[in-house]
Amino acid sequence: MKTSHIILVVLLAVVLAVGYNSFFVVDETEQVVVTRFGKIARDPIKEPGLNIKVPFIDVATTFPKILLQWDGSPGQIPTKGKTYIWVDSFARWRIVDPIAFFQTVRSLSSAIARLDDIIDPAVRNLVTSHRLIETVRKSDRRLDTTLRQDEGEEFSDDFTIEIGREQMTKEIVKQAQPKLVKFGIELVDVKFKRINYVQEVRNSVYDRMIAERNQMAEKYRSEGKGEANKIIGDKERELKRISSEAYRQAQEIKGDADAKALKIYADAYQRAPEFYSFVKTLEVYESALKKDSSLVLSTDSEFLKYLKKY
Amino acid sequence: MDTGKSMNWDWEKLQQQQKKRTGQRPEGGGHGGNGGTPPQMDDIVNKFKDFNFSWLPVLLIILAVVVVFLGSSMFYTIDLDEVGIIQRFGRYIPPERLPGLHFKWPAGIEKVTKVKVKRVYKEEFGFETLKATESRAFTTDKNLFDSKNVGESLMLTGDLNVALVPWIVQYRIKDPVKYLFEVRDVEQLLRDMSEAAMRLVVGDRSINEVISNRLEIANEAMSILQKEMDEAQSGISIDTVELKKTNVPPEVQPSFNDVNQALQEKERSIQEAKKDYNMAVPAAEGDAQRIVKAAEGYALERVNNAEGDAKRFIAVYNEYKNAEDVTKRRLYLETLSRVIPNMGEKYIVDAEQNNLLPLLNLGKESEK
Repeated sequence: MKTSHIILVVLLAVVLAVGYNSFFVVDETEQVVVTRFGKIARDPIKEPGLNIKVPFIDVATTFPKILLQWDGSPGQIPTKGKTYIWVDSFARWRIVDPIAFFQTVRSLSSAIARLDDIIDPAVRNLVTSHRLIETVRKSDRRLDTTLRQDEGEEFSDDFTIEIGREQMTKEIVKQAQPKLVKFGIELVDVKFKRINYVQEVRNSVYDRMIAERNQMAEKYRSEGKGEANKIIGDKERELKRISSEAYRQAQEIKGDADAKALKIYADAYQRAPEFYSFVKTLEVYESALKKDSSLVLSTDSEFLKYLKKY
Repeated sequence: MDTGKSMNWDWEKLQQQQKKRTGQRPEGGGHGGNGGTPPQMDDIVNKFKDFNFSWLPVLLIILAVVVVFLGSSMFYTIDLDEVGIIQRFGRYIPPERLPGLHFKWPAGIEKVTKVKVKRVYKEEFGFETLKATESRAFTTDKNLFDSKNVGESLMLTGDLNVALVPWIVQYRIKDPVKYLFEVRDVEQLLRDMSEAAMRLVVGDRSINEVISNRLEIANEAMSILQKEMDEAQSGISIDTVELKKTNVPPEVQPSFNDVNQALQEKERSIQEAKKDYNMAVPAAEGDAQRIVKAAEGYALERVNNAEGDAKRFIAVYNEYKNAEDVTKRRLYLETLSRVIPNMGEKYIVDAEQNNLLPLLNLGKESEK
C-alpha cells in the first residue's frame, strides 16, 4: 500500500515537471532564443504565445523585444571652443537580432555596459569637435537679444549653427550604430537630456550675464536722461518761441498804431503848418521857460515895442 | 536546598491546579480522570492515526485551495477609469475589456493588466509641489533653487545664457496596448524626453524670450514631445505642457531686477520732463497772450490820443482862421503873460545900447 502510493506521487511529479518543461510562454514584450546544448536550436521566436520545446534539453532564453532605455552617465566634455560642459544624454535601443545578442552579450546589464563603451565616446567626439552653440541650438531662428539688436548683423555669427543639436545627435547615432550591429542591437536615437556649464564656466557666464544686464540698465537710464533732456529742450525752445512771437506781435501792433497815429497827426497838422508851429512854439515856451531861465529882452523886440514908444 | 524546596512546592501547586480543572469538567467526558496524564493526549494520537491512513481529506483540502485560487483568478473587475488588457499565454487578445465584472481563464493561461486610461498623470520638472495641504502658490523660489531641482530646470539658452525653466507635463494613456507592449518604462521615457524637448526649444530662444514668451515655448515643447512619444509608439497623449515662472539663476537675479528698475527710472524721468513741459508751456502761452493784449491796448490808446489831438487842433485852427491876426496876437500875449512871471531874472536892454556886458553878471551862479 505505502510503496505504491510513493511511486504514484513520484510519477505524477515527473509528468508534471516534463509537462511544465516542454512549454514556454512568449510575452508580447519578449522574444525567445531556444538553445540545445549551447547551440541555437531554431529561429528566434518573436511572436507571442505558447510554444513547445524538448523538455530539459532545449533551453529558452528570454530577451525584451520592446524599446529599451539607455541612460548615459553625465560627464564633463570640452567643446571646440574649450568651454567645459556637463552633458547628460540618453538613448533608446532595442534588440533586433536576439541570436547575435545571445551569442555576444547575453544579458541586459552587459549590453548596457557595451552601450556605455560605444555611445559615451561618440557623444564626446561630437561635442568636442563642435562649438557649444551647435549642441544648444537647433535652428538659425533669429533671437530677440535686446542688448545686441542695435549692432545689427554683427553678432549673428556667434549664434548661427552649421548642424545644430538634432543633426548632432543623428551624427552620434550614425557613429555608434555600426559598432552595435554585431551585438544585435539597433540604436534608435540618442538625445541630449541636459547640457549645462560646469561650475567654473557657469560663474564666468553669470558674470557675463550680469555685465550684459548692467549695460542694459545703463542704456535704459541714459535713454531716460536723453529723452528727458530732449523734452526739456523742447520746453525751452517752446518758451522762447512763445515769448518771442508774443513780442513780435506786440511790436507789430504797437508799430501799426504808432504809424497810424503819426498819419493822423500829420494829416491834421498838414492843413496848417504855420499855425501848428506857432501854437507848438508857444506851448514850448510855456513848458521850457521856468524860474531858472533868465530873459534878456531888447527893446526893439515885438514884446517890448510899446515900452519905449507908444 | 532552598531552590529544591521551592521547586517541589511549584510542582505540587501545578498538580493541584490540574486536579481542579479535571474536577470542573462535565461528567460526560468519559476519559479517565486520573490526574497524572492529560486526558486529550490519547484522543489526538488516535486521530492522527486515522488521518495517516486516509488520503481523502488531504485531497479535498488541496482541491478546495485550487478551486478558490482558480475561481479568484477567473473573475476580475475593471474600474470606471481603466481598461483591462488580456494576454493568453503572453499574446494579447483583443479587445480591451471595459469597466465591469469579467471572466477569464485562470492564472497561468490568461493574465489581465489594468491600465488607467482616463486618469491624467502629472510630471513636474525643476520643482516639487508641496504637500496637498499647502496650495500651489507655495512652490516658492526656494523650492525652485533646491539643488536637486536646479539640475532639471537649469538650461542653456540660444544666446548661451543660463535660465531656470520649471514646467509640468500632463498626459494620459491613449493607447493601452502600445503603452504596455512597445516601450519599457514609459514614465522614464516621458521624463527624459520632456527634458530633451524643453531644452531643444529653450536652446533656440534668447534669455529674454525665455522669460517673456512662456506660452510659445510650452506649445512648441508640447508638439515636439508628442511627436517623439508617438514615434516611440508609447501610446501616450500629452494633454498640456505648462511653464511655471521662468527665471534666471539667483546669482544673476539682482542684475535683472536692476534692468527692470532702470526701465522704470527711464519712464519716470521722461514723465517728469513731460510734467515740467506741461507746467511751463501753457503758462508761457498765457503770458504771451497778455503781452499781445497789452500791445493792443497801447495801440488803441495811441490811435485814440492821436485822433483826439488831431480833432482838437483842427477845431482850434478852424476858429483861428476866422480872425487870424488878432487871435494870433492874443495867443502870443496870453502865453507870454503866463510865461514871463514865472521866469527868473529879466533884463531889458535898449536896442541902441550895444555894450551889454558891464551890466550883466552872467557868471554869478558859477562864482558862488
